[in-house]
Amino acid sequence: MADVMLEIKKINVYFGVIRALRDVSFYVEKGEVVALIGANGAGKTTTLHTITGLLKPASGSIFLGGVDITKTPAHKIVSMGMAHVPEGRRVFSLLTVEDNLRLGAYTRKDKKEIAESMEEVFTSFPRLKERRSQTAGTLSGGEQQMLAMGRALMSKPSILLMDEPSMGLSPLFVDEIFSIIEKIKKQGTTVLLVEQNANKALSIADHAYVLETGSIAMEGKASELLNDERVRKAYLGA
Amino acid sequence: MKFLSQLISGISLGSIYALIALGYTMVYGIAKMLNFAHGDVIMVGAFVVYTACVKGGMNPVLGVLLAIVFCTVLGVCIERLAYKPLRQAASLAVLITAIGVSYLLQNLALLIFKSDTKQFSSVVMIKPVTVAGLTVSGEIIATIIVSVVIMVALTLFVNKTKPGKAMRAVSEDKGAAQLMGINVNGIISLTFAIGSALAAIAGALMCSTYPALSPYTGAMPGIKAFVAAVFGGIGSIPGAMVGGVLLGVIENLSKGYISSQLSDAIVFAVLILVLLIKPTGIMGKKMTEKV
Repeated sequence: MADVMLEIKKINVYFGVIRALRDVSFYVEKGEVVALIGANGAGKTTTLHTITGLLKPASGSIFLGGVDITKTPAHKIVSMGMAHVPEGRRVFSLLTVEDNLRLGAYTRKDKKEIAESMEEVFTSFPRLKERRSQTAGTLSGGEQQMLAMGRALMSKPSILLMDEPSMGLSPLFVDEIFSIIEKIKKQGTTVLLVEQNANKALSIADHAYVLETGSIAMEGKASELLNDERVRKAYLGA
Repeated sequence: MKFLSQLISGISLGSIYALIALGYTMVYGIAKMLNFAHGDVIMVGAFVVYTACVKGGMNPVLGVLLAIVFCTVLGVCIERLAYKPLRQAASLAVLITAIGVSYLLQNLALLIFKSDTKQFSSVVMIKPVTVAGLTVSGEIIATIIVSVVIMVALTLFVNKTKPGKAMRAVSEDKGAAQLMGINVNGIISLTFAIGSALAAIAGALMCSTYPALSPYTGAMPGIKAFVAAVFGGIGSIPGAMVGGVLLGVIENLSKGYISSQLSDAIVFAVLILVLLIKPTGIMGKKMTEKV
């Protein structure tokens, strides 16, 4: 654990009396892509929401770059270098593509640097540039996913949390989204990826954790999990 | 000629409804609650102007500015003390609290100013204008000009500025807005501040045109403005403007041509009709289900 970017220590999260997460612990090393896989309802989204402060754990703690962020309100997390691409994209459908991207840079001050980041996003996602003055609600699902990713990148995060980026997309778009995630990794950004498409996720990840009914059931190198009998049976359909 | 004069004073009355309706609709859009104490903030604003100018002899412009500051602070305090602790509560609890705050403000005003109706003196210093035999009062001119300026400024603010865009983001998706680093509580406070400042201006203009002031002065215009907001499509800023002006014109024309006793009944009947035909209001957005 030389260079830990994000560390989750024994978090427990409740929805009323139901315990959604049980003593979940894992860590993400700097520069890696870590995948969190599991079935529907295993607690993947809950885990991400707890990390970015949209939910508060009943116990346990979360460290970002060694700093305890367990009690930090959600709106202060992004300026600490962590961005979150939420499940279902959640772009602001009534605002234009450009305004969505600008909101991604809400906590940044330097106008010139923001303009540079905008150009970088447009280089990675040329389609967004074409549609910059359209309202986000008029984009296709794949384009909205690109916008949600671009919007998160506008905060210049050192770690990016992505929740089901391939959900509901055509196979062509899925491939494109995953090649962009690899590009993001190459640029030095750490990625925590939640995916139901375990095959795809494990093939680009360095490490992976398997979440089952609210607790970590397995962990290891992504390449090893990809060949693990249990994982193959339960999540890869082979 | 009678029609034209009825129409102009209807637009003026409607502009006041629109200013109040903006407060209702913005708070609904951002905090998803109906702030039924909003009408009483108008009354508070009018009483501040009354105390400062009529009693204290202050310059009317300064008096109105004082009322704006007072109501802005009041609006933010109401939100912080009464509504913020209920952020996670059922919407019915928030609604009942809002009605409670409304009674609280009315009764505080009763305690301080007593129940008798006060004679308000106009804060407008514009002389009446006569064009082709039609005389328009200074109050009507001032109301229409001030309202147009405010509506243009507010539209620019919401569409062009960073806090304005943040407001629209919060209105659409609070969770995603937080992920952008937007302080949702701060935006809600800002919304209450703007709405209450507009209510203070509406109070001063309304009592200048209809110079009677009592602790219940805000109740009826508050309800009418709420109707205007629903009429235009609650949550929509242009909707509140259009709804407010239309409501004022319909009310005044019914008073002039049908019956002044039935005018309120006609106004509410039109609301029911509009909602039957278009349940989201004139400019209301159709809510699309998210997948």
